[in-house]
Amino acid sequence: MQATGCLGVPTLHKLPSVFMVAALLGLLPLLHSHGLQPNPMLASEAPHHYPAVVRGNEPGDFTSAPPGISEEIHPLSKHSSNHTGNGHSKPEKAFPVLGIDYTRIRIPFEISLWILLACLMKLGFHVIPSVSNIVPESCLLIVVGLLVGGLIKGVGESPPILNSEIFFLFLLPPIILDAGYFLPLRQFTENLGTILIFAVVGTLWNAFFLGGLMYAVCQIGGTGLNHIGLLANLLFGSIISAVDPVAVLAVFEEIHINELLHILVFGESLLNDAVTVVLYHLFEEFANIKQVTIIHILLGFISFFVVSLGGVFIGIIYGIVAAFTSRFTSHIRVIEPLFVFLYSYMAYLSAELFHLSGIMALIAAGVVMRPYVEANISHKSHTTIKYFLKMWSSVSETLIFIFLGVSTVAGKHYWNWTFVISTLLFCLIARVLGVLGLTWFINKFRIVKLTPKDQFIIAYGGLRGAIAFSLCYLLDYSHFNMRDMFLTAIITVIFFTVFVQGMTIRPLVDLLAVKKKQETKRSINEEIHTQFLDHLLTGIEDICGHYGHHHWKDKLNRFNKKYVKKCLIAGERSKEPQLIAFYHKMEMKQAIELVESGGIGKIPSAVSTVSMQNIHPKTLPVERILPALSKDKEEEIRKILRNNLQKTRQRLRSYNRHTLVADPYEEAWNQMLLRRQKVRQLEKKMNNYLTVPAHKVDSPTMSRARIGSDPMAYEPKPDSENLPIITIDPASPQSPESVDLVNEEMKGMSRLPPSPEEDEEGLVMRVKEPSSPGTDDVFTPGTSDSPSNQRMLRCLSDPGPRPEPEEGEPFIPKGQ
Amino acid sequence: MLIMVDSKYSNIVLGYNDELIWKHLKHLCLQTVTSEQIEHLHRRFKQLSGDQPTIRKEHFDNIPDLEFNPIRSKIVHAFFDKRNLRQESDGLADEINFEDFLTIMSYFRPIEMNMNEEQLDHFRKEKLKFLFHMYDSDHDGKITLQEYRNVVEELLSGNPHLEKESARSIADGAMMEAASICVGQMEPDQVYEGITFEDFLKMWQGIDIETKMHVRFLNMETIAQCH
Repeated sequence: MQATGCLGVPTLHKLPSVFMVAALLGLLPLLHSHGLQPNPMLASEAPHHYPAVVRGNEPGDFTSAPPGISEEIHPLSKHSSNHTGNGHSKPEKAFPVLGIDYTRIRIPFEISLWILLACLMKLGFHVIPSVSNIVPESCLLIVVGLLVGGLIKGVGESPPILNSEIFFLFLLPPIILDAGYFLPLRQFTENLGTILIFAVVGTLWNAFFLGGLMYAVCQIGGTGLNHIGLLANLLFGSIISAVDPVAVLAVFEEIHINELLHILVFGESLLNDAVTVVLYHLFEEFANIKQVTIIHILLGFISFFVVSLGGVFIGIIYGIVAAFTSRFTSHIRVIEPLFVFLYSYMAYLSAELFHLSGIMALIAAGVVMRPYVEANISHKSHTTIKYFLKMWSSVSETLIFIFLGVSTVAGKHYWNWTFVISTLLFCLIARVLGVLGLTWFINKFRIVKLTPKDQFIIAYGGLRGAIAFSLCYLLDYSHFNMRDMFLTAIITVIFFTVFVQGMTIRPLVDLLAVKKKQETKRSINEEIHTQFLDHLLTGIEDICGHYGHHHWKDKLNRFNKKYVKKCLIAGERSKEPQLIAFYHKMEMKQAIELVESGGIGKIPSAVSTVSMQNIHPKTLPVERILPALSKDKEEEIRKILRNNLQKTRQRLRSYNRHTLVADPYEEAWNQMLLRRQKVRQLEKKMNNYLTVPAHKVDSPTMSRARIGSDPMAYEPKPDSENLPIITIDPASPQSPESVDLVNEEMKGMSRLPPSPEEDEEGLVMRVKEPSSPGTDDVFTPGTSDSPSNQRMLRCLSDPGPRPEPEEGEPFIPKGQ
Repeated sequence: MLIMVDSKYSNIVLGYNDELIWKHLKHLCLQTVTSEQIEHLHRRFKQLSGDQPTIRKEHFDNIPDLEFNPIRSKIVHAFFDKRNLRQESDGLADEINFEDFLTIMSYFRPIEMNMNEEQLDHFRKEKLKFLFHMYDSDHDGKITLQEYRNVVEELLSGNPHLEKESARSIADGAMMEAASICVGQMEPDQVYEGITFEDFLKMWQGIDIETKMHVRFLNMETIAQCH
């Protein structure tokens, strides 16, 4: 350990510094634009004011002038053109082979640079695990921000300040949407009462306690503070009292605390937005009003409900619209993710339009649309949404912290010891008192009590962040001339919470042995048990005659299933029970994990079956009792398969038209199949253990997945006889059309550079004559680990799409 | 204290010998189903049974909300399962009295703050045992594949269009998963007959059953009378 550490340190530490240097080098053009402007007067006056810089261009530059400044260059060109005697005003100067026009690209260029810096920093920190283990990323980013800010200031420039508009309109929404879309809904709703109490009462308490005490401090605090009135102090209190979702996310995601605590602190930080917004606007208004009457206070109280419920309402509307839209996107898969982003963003903006809580709207939209959208869109779109959200939110978060650092250097500060220290002190006291008092109250109603440890973590996790800073920055300087002092105090509190609390919370969690998050892979068993438990509890409540939590949840679920799903989810999936939906999702996830691990990970559990997301749930042909199948059983299976084939066919078409011919998953699937070989051994054994041979649980699904991603039909190879043979009659002799389709698919396949394996598959494929009456395919599980066996796996099951007269009508009557 | 409770509620559990009442109420008090809850449950019991001292299976048909419950039969069954009522006996009871009713209800009491590790473990096991008995319908101490399939089929029975096959495949998948979790690598000739209670415990490890399996009503009054 020690030795490797010594060896590892120099190399490990070099890498990030390389990144750092690279990033700072990248910033040079930015510095140039800011500080190394040829015209000193302009540079000092308005350094990042676009027109100013434009005019700052040296006339002598080989600048291919953008339209805006061509006027200024004209005199020069005219002068030279006169010299040559050319009548036109064309520049006589030789055609500029190489021109520089930084001004034209400056803004996007600088934005990109900042983002690049943010990403490189993030990258850098994760190269050094030793640092990122101790110091949370947010702290490091703030430090980087401070350094960059200092650097910019060092060259005589004023660095940019975190612009509140940019923050609220562009940086915050991705983080909140990410949080809302992937909100662990079950835990959230189970603890909604507690979260609401913390978010509403807790924030109110914090704001008024802090505001009141700060007013007292200002009264007795002596010089320079006496002019700060009660309202200004309350405003200050309301700004700083809200726990910040960005900071909480950044810190809590690293400490892997148990889900209950995570959702309590995080949920509070999300929902307190409404309170903050109301208080903020309220006090801002009051500051301009001479006399605050009881009516004002009453109106403020009402406006709280309007702001919070209005935000939620707007979010729900947009969520439903988004879900409804996604119902029709099956033909244009590529733009599916956009709908999610756009509708959510619109929800946010619409809420902001009316000064409602944008955060609540965004969360409501994300929560509402997710289940329906997920059922409608393709798996790839889902992955895209996930990655885009994660990417945007993490970039936003990084930028926010960096800019927080930069703004600290850049902003004007007015340091008042009394004010800052008492703010910090009262902030902590208010939080601790608030949490203790509220948990005492909440615990009377909670079934799972909050232990003192939990209370400590909740209190300690009350981090403040960029929202407070931006809100304060938005204050009108003419009304609040103490803004700079507020800003200084807020920055101090933010830094204290992020640095001191953020850095010590991890050791404290370890020290107190707070329950950590269990790394559980959601298994199908767990899902079955959870559902079973839900129904059981509902049943017991009904028997008790007590209409509680489970009863209403059950009612809501039934309503959802009966009406809402039918409207918002296209086709068969609207009737898909949750368990089956989960089953498919889990299969898919396992497959993806398998693929992403590149065949290195552990052998997955025996059921790591693979299924495409939107394969019909009712078609798992797993009748594998060996004794001859009864007639109606056969018929049943035939129906199932037929239905399945139609599905497959529909799927193929949409795939062909809108996605790349070379399926990027193709490679991965192949890899996965290799992995699966090992699993299959286990399965083979399983086959013997289960009273009813369950050998092929996954094979049909598996191969359907294959069909889903690579549209080929497979025929089994009759090479293994020593295992249960399942005879199924999928779709009796294939119609010409389906063969055509298959051929088409094959052509499509051959166009891309085929892996050797795929070539082989092509050869394996053939239409087989019925071997026995009622059986077209011999369904044989593979036995060996040879490559042919692997191919076998892909060959099992469906003999390709089979268009039939009844194609149009789904197997299951749609009407009901 | 216990005697007080005894005398106060002995009228509820009339018709049983004193020893039983004593034993049972002691049991209940330890489990903190409180007196007020007992009263409420007794009212409900009488309502269900139509003022009879015992409840039969048919009485559960009168609960309208239960009708939609996919695992309704399993729930009702659990009330008459002797394994849940008295640890030592087996089989099905024809009718249950209020005491039995309370015993079943006490499986759904919430966790307590002051439980130590051992109590917690016992608490957890008790709840899981109840669930296990619901799964294990033939009382052989194992959840066989067929039983598991029945459970999943019932869970999915709310959906009239669903084929049994999908339920089966899910159950099969779950069974395989259970086998791989509980046994790991198996020899080819080894047979996994079903999920035993030990395996069942393993599978539930990820779920905090002690905080999940409770009915809120049973905690309305947190101050336990007998403590």
